[in-house]
Amino acid sequence: MSRERRETYFRQLQQQGRLTGQLEAARQELQDERLHLPAEPKCDHKLLPLADLYSSNDFAMLQNLEPGKGPLLSSIRSIDDLLERDRLREQDGFPRKIKVGKLVKPGRGSQDKVVVVPTTVEEKFIHDNRFLQQEESGGGGGGHGEGEEGEVIGEQPVHQEGEGEGSGAGQGEGGSHEMDATAYDLGRILTEKFQLPNLKEKGKKRSLTRYVYDLTDKNRGFGQVLDKKATLRQIVKTNIALDNLPDVSDIDPTRFLIAPRDKIYRILSREKDYESQALVFFIRDYSGSMAGKATELVVTQHILIYSWLLYQYGGQVETRFLLHDTEATEVKDFYTYYNSRVAGGTQVAAGYRLINKIVEEESLAADYNIYVFHGTDGDDWDREGRETLPELKKMLDYASRIGITIAEHNYASPGGTEVENYLKRSGLLEQAEDLLRLDSMKEDVPEERLIEGIRKLVSE
Amino acid sequence: MQLIDQKTKRIMEGCKERARDQGLSFEDETLEYVVSNRDMIELMPKNMIPTLYDYWVHDVEVLREQGKYELYPSNPYETVINTRPAISFYNDNNPDWLNVMIFYHVIGHIDFFQNNLYFRHTWDDDLTGQALADKRLIARLRSEHGRWVDYVIEFARGIDNLVGYFSELGKLNRTESGCSARVDYYFDYFLQAVKQLKISDYVKQIEEFNQALKEDRERGEQNFFAEVIKKSPEFAAAFEKYRQKYQAPSVDLLQYLIDQSVFLNREENKWMQSVIEIVRSTSIYFQPQIRTKIMNEGWASYWHETLFLQDDRIRGHEVDFARVNAAVTSMPRVGLNPYALGMRLFYGLEENAERGCYSYDFDRLHDIEARKKYHRNTAAGRDFIFKVRENFSDFTFINSFVDQDFVDRNKLFVADRRLNKERMVWEYYVKSRKSEDYRQMLFASLYHPPRIEVVPEQSTDGILYLNHRQEGKPLVKEYLANTLLGIEYLWGAPVALETSDAEVKPASETEEETEPQVSWSRVRYHMKKRRLSREKV
Repeated sequence: MSRERRETYFRQLQQQGRLTGQLEAARQELQDERLHLPAEPKCDHKLLPLADLYSSNDFAMLQNLEPGKGPLLSSIRSIDDLLERDRLREQDGFPRKIKVGKLVKPGRGSQDKVVVVPTTVEEKFIHDNRFLQQEESGGGGGGHGEGEEGEVIGEQPVHQEGEGEGSGAGQGEGGSHEMDATAYDLGRILTEKFQLPNLKEKGKKRSLTRYVYDLTDKNRGFGQVLDKKATLRQIVKTNIALDNLPDVSDIDPTRFLIAPRDKIYRILSREKDYESQALVFFIRDYSGSMAGKATELVVTQHILIYSWLLYQYGGQVETRFLLHDTEATEVKDFYTYYNSRVAGGTQVAAGYRLINKIVEEESLAADYNIYVFHGTDGDDWDREGRETLPELKKMLDYASRIGITIAEHNYASPGGTEVENYLKRSGLLEQAEDLLRLDSMKEDVPEERLIEGIRKLVSE
Repeated sequence: MQLIDQKTKRIMEGCKERARDQGLSFEDETLEYVVSNRDMIELMPKNMIPTLYDYWVHDVEVLREQGKYELYPSNPYETVINTRPAISFYNDNNPDWLNVMIFYHVIGHIDFFQNNLYFRHTWDDDLTGQALADKRLIARLRSEHGRWVDYVIEFARGIDNLVGYFSELGKLNRTESGCSARVDYYFDYFLQAVKQLKISDYVKQIEEFNQALKEDRERGEQNFFAEVIKKSPEFAAAFEKYRQKYQAPSVDLLQYLIDQSVFLNREENKWMQSVIEIVRSTSIYFQPQIRTKIMNEGWASYWHETLFLQDDRIRGHEVDFARVNAAVTSMPRVGLNPYALGMRLFYGLEENAERGCYSYDFDRLHDIEARKKYHRNTAAGRDFIFKVRENFSDFTFINSFVDQDFVDRNKLFVADRRLNKERMVWEYYVKSRKSEDYRQMLFASLYHPPRIEVVPEQSTDGILYLNHRQEGKPLVKEYLANTLLGIEYLWGAPVALETSDAEVKPASETEEETEPQVSWSRVRYHMKKRRLSREKV
């Protein structure tokens, strides 16, 4: 949001006296001149390691055999055992070791892949190599060839946007599909092993398919509409068979013999039309105050929720990603959703308003189960929720579930955030108990708590 | 996984002969296996050793992070494993000429494994056989103790990068003084510090000892001490006490736990010691590999290039070879390639030795033109690189031979990148062409585990006190808790770790080129009843 508009909104709130108590925080965000640039560069996975001695090996170098291609598949088989083992660990009094929902993002060129895999790490005492390596540089590495000291020898864009953005589906598709495949497994794990509620058992499930009727089938003899071209073709065939067509270069249609079965009609038929059943809006606050762990928590939880829904709906999930500060915007993929940097002020209402607008304009409410998951640090310039609550009420009319996660900052007092307060005061949480859920947690809680949080948000 | 066919094997035997003629030395027997991608998947997490013990972490996709090698110091995915006989692996659809090239590379590795002194402790072992025995032991223990075996493996692996590799290596090269500990104690300490003899009496004692030896070579010492104990009966007790006090300290944390942990020495927990020992010895076995990556790959690349080009049987594949070889041994514009770097070093060394550059005369020469022209035709180039391959590790190799001449000649530089915020691009630039900087960059990228030792003096009240020697980098904080938890379990009592924490104030964005401010402070982590706490020292 541009500075001016932010200031206008700020002044407006101030005049109405609605900023008391949070003036300082809001003013800080107001001064925030940063842009929502994509990516924290230090996580830019496309960067070459500059000084990596140990990753090259004989198999890759000499034989073109690439280790590391397959263990995913080979291990999925045993994943249940692993999780069972993990559960036993907890019983034995050791912390769990298997992490799900960690994001590994390999990918060549512009094909960003979000891969979700169960992972673990063997913890040891090791030196922290991240230490003192400023974000910009990797601490230096090897190089070879011409060039004076200080000379720039090459450059690489920080985050390559997909080429040909205009081409639409084609390009982005591969990436998100990749995510689906592994996320589906993750969803299964979450459902089975972490005992997340199972939507299917609740009996409210809608049919996965719907039928449309269309004149697509062809039928000989009778039907609704005569397919003239096909009929003519059939007549010619018949006449050739009857030897009634002596010269193909000189055809006299009046001499054709026409059998009733030569007439080909179009007939009304039932077409199966697979339809996405769930539409999930992921929306997160990317205002200045969300910096650091709060964002990570929200995003990690959102990917877990996504995986779970994906499994629940048999892969038929559509997602929309929205970001908001004092203004909301829709982004095209999870990558951008995940990587956009925080800046600016906070207005939750803006985000909700955009969702309502999208749902209304595309008339999504009729065809979809709509889920909205909102992640925030609980900060809102609109302290009493005067603007937020009406939008929220509107949303409750069509949504199957709205889950709000508040990642409280460590310095904040628990349960004291603005969003939580006005939601509680509004009574919506009780009135629409089955539609609206709120969960607040500290920003640095472990993964188990995250999953627990999902249960809270999605349980019936 | 199956043995390579007889035809290819015959070709490879021919390769061995050619390699021997050039001076490489290695044992006769080798095993070559053809592997499919599927085999690779199973072998990969086990460092390509089919008989390594099973462990569930092998079945999980381990987080691929930068610095992964820090966690897994065993340099995995080598195409040849250092065992007796050496085993190497080949893709199932390699053409013959490629197998020959790979096999020459493999021979280079085998020669390195079997001659470089950093591998001294692996020379007498059949690793795969040993691993198989270990694997069976662990399988048996698992049937008795279930998942607790895996916990012990996990906790032991948590500290298996702290093994005292150099101490173990040192033991093999230590020369005995020829005297028993008892003799040393008697003459060096007992007579002087306890008895406080006069010099004349001391000399008399020595003469008596020598006399005793002269009379009876075998039992002289025993007879002598029988006399000693008659004269001063307190000697035996004093010696025992001394021995206990100055017992050779355990070489590393794992060994210390095996020796000293009350928990592990309980009758019902004795089995854990064998598991820890397996983890420890496996780790030590792999230690030299990661410490000789540049040399090992350089040496193998040097030889596959040299030997392949001399092999008359594969005429007609020079272009194919050139293509693969270039991919292996070319210097990247940005980044490091241990194959290329090591190979160039060996070529350079050979040439320099040939010119006689490693001599006093050359050292004294300061005229740059004269240095360039200096050539003594020593014909000692090969000998020299063979010596280097025997006696050096990556660190000493780089430290001794990466000099300005080498850096200039190969047009090397330290590269770095910086963010151009206006254009949102990473700029790669030449940071330095000084050999000192290049060397430091290489050192920084070498494997280096932290140094963490037991401090017996501070280990009071059953607490195990560990001290991390500060080397300019803190430990990875996220890993502390679980690692300490593992040690606590194996130790059976609380554990303390003293280390340094750094507080970094980032350089302010407005001022250009300000270094971030670092302030170090010593802190102590306590792991007690599986809870971690932290305090300033």
